Order: sequence, then structure tokens, then C-alpha cells
Amino acid sequence: MRRYVLFLPLAIFLGIGFFLWRGLSIDPTELPSARLNQPFPAFEKASLTAPEQTLTPDDFKGKVALVNIWATWCPTCKEEHAFLNQLAKQGVTIYGINYKDEPVKAREWLKRYLDPYDKVVLDEDGKLGLDLGVYGAPETYVIDAEGVIRYRHVGAVDARVWKDLEAVMEQVSSGAGA
Amino acid sequence: MTRVMQRLLFLCLMWAGAAHATIEAYEFNDKATEERFQQLTAELRCPKCQNNNIADSNSPIASDLRGEVYRMLNEGAGDDEVVDFMVTRYGEFVLYKPRVNEMTWLLWYGPFVLLGIGLLVVFFIARSRRRGNAAGGEGNNLAPEERARLEQLLEQDKKQ
Repeated sequence: MRRYVLFLPLAIFLGIGFFLWRGLSIDPTELPSARLNQPFPAFEKASLTAPEQTLTPDDFKGKVALVNIWATWCPTCKEEHAFLNQLAKQGVTIYGINYKDEPVKAREWLKRYLDPYDKVVLDEDGKLGLDLGVYGAPETYVIDAEGVIRYRHVGAVDARVWKDLEAVMEQVSSGAGA
Repeated sequence: MTRVMQRLLFLCLMWAGAAHATIEAYEFNDKATEERFQQLTAELRCPKCQNNNIADSNSPIASDLRGEVYRMLNEGAGDDEVVDFMVTRYGEFVLYKPRVNEMTWLLWYGPFVLLGIGLLVVFFIARSRRRGNAAGGEGNNLAPEERARLEQLLEQDKKQ
């Protein structure tokens, strides 16, 4: 009995070591979306590209798509913009949410760097972003044909991230998403 | 040396002043609401700058969230409503004071369990010690010949 007690420190060390080792591969800034598997929050906002048009979550329904939150003040958004253009060319549906931005600048940006978005919601006051739980642009969501949020990625979309997004989109469209 | 320390301290204080200077001023109708605002913003965590509460953070999102708390309080929302509002958007993560549920039992009650285990360990150690003492303490487990030898050695020591 006494002998086994001698192994106690080793056991404790292994236990603590395991948790610390797990901690190394966890990114604390990556938060799970509280909105996962919930319908897109309600909104009624003007379109950036067609100001006379009002957009609602119904405009996001119909197919599996990406929703990208961006702004002209966000350098990482610029970084990922070329990749989004490329995705749009491949036929991926991307909706944009222009988050806490100036519409004039945003339109200018889309003219200069091309527009990968099917529709862009103008979220000048950031209310929609707040309802979504956005805490920093850019963020990209995968939504299914019913407009339910299936995945959230915080940060730029690049080839590596796209692999994950693509896998989720395929899974969702094959109907196994639920 | 003390002069350097003084300067450092002064610099720190300056900094603290500057950090708060950018935070907007809210006006409240009554003292109670203001206190609730302080309390809530101190207990809600900023999702962007994760080691700050929203009362202390300068980030735009924290400022938005402060605005939202202010708006809701002025509209007569209860504390729970404000907290629910934040949790449905940003998840349980934003609570610096997590709610008590199955997920957080370990967090809330774990320390008491550990304290209990510690007390048990102390109790058992104390008991086994007392038993050892009651049996006559050190050296009592010697055979008669060993005891005689021990006494002889001690005698020798004294003589030298």
C-alpha cells in the first residue's frame, strides 16, 4: 500500500501534463458560435449595392451559402477578398454583411477590388453583427438552404480554411447536416 | 533607486488614467441603475479582448456591448434579461460569473470537494500519528536485547 503512494506524484504529474498538453492545441480566441444550428437572426436592412432594396433573412435562403462579415476598415478583409473573388468565380454563393462601415467607402471598395457577393447587407450600426455574435471582422458563416447557421469561422478565409468550409457545405447539402 | 520607483509608479498611474479616458460617459436617471450598469459591465467578459470585462475594454465591440447594456437597462430590462441577451449571442463564455448548471458544477463545487478531501487526509494522518504515539513512540518496537544494547551505547556516549 505504502509503495503505491509513491506513485501518486507521478500520477498527478501525468494528469496535469495531459491537460496542459491539450491546452497547447486549443486556441482560446476561437469561440464556438452561440448561434450554431439556429436560424439566421432576424433583420431588415438596406442592400449596399442596391440601396432601394430591403434585405431580410429570406434573401439568404434557397441554397447552401457562405455569409461573410467584412468592412473597409478591416485589413484582414482585404487580405481574404481576392480569395473570395476566386470562390465566387468557382460558383460558390457568398452573401456579404458590410459591418459598421461607411457605405460610400464600401461601394468604392467593391468597385476597385471586384464584388464576390450575391447580395450585401448594409449593417451600418452593427446591430445585425451584434445579433449574430460577431466580435471581429472578418467572420464567415456557412448557412444551409433554410438559412440555418451551420458553421462559423473567425478570421480570414484562405485555401486551408476553405477546405473546412467546403467539407461543411458538402455535408450540409447532402442532407446529413442535421 | 527610490526615485526610479517613484517615476515608474507615476508612469503606471498616468497609464491607468489614459486607459479610462476613452470610455464614454453614460448618464443615468437614478443611482440604482448606475450601480447595476457597473455591476453588469464588470461581470460580462469582452469577446474580443478576452481578459478584460466590457467595462474595462477599449475595443469597439466592448463599447457596443456597453451601449447595449445601457439601452436595455434604460428600457427597464432586468439583470437576467441583459445576461440572457449576451449569452444567446456570444455564449456562456461571456459570463465572468458562470451560472450554476450541470456544466459548471465542477467549477462551483469542485473547490469544496477538494477541501473536503484535504481535511480527510489531514484527519487520517493525524489519527495514525496519534496511534503511533499511543503505542509508546519511537524506539518502542525494539526487542529486549536491542534495548539493552541501546542503553549501553547511550551510557558509553555519556562517559566520553
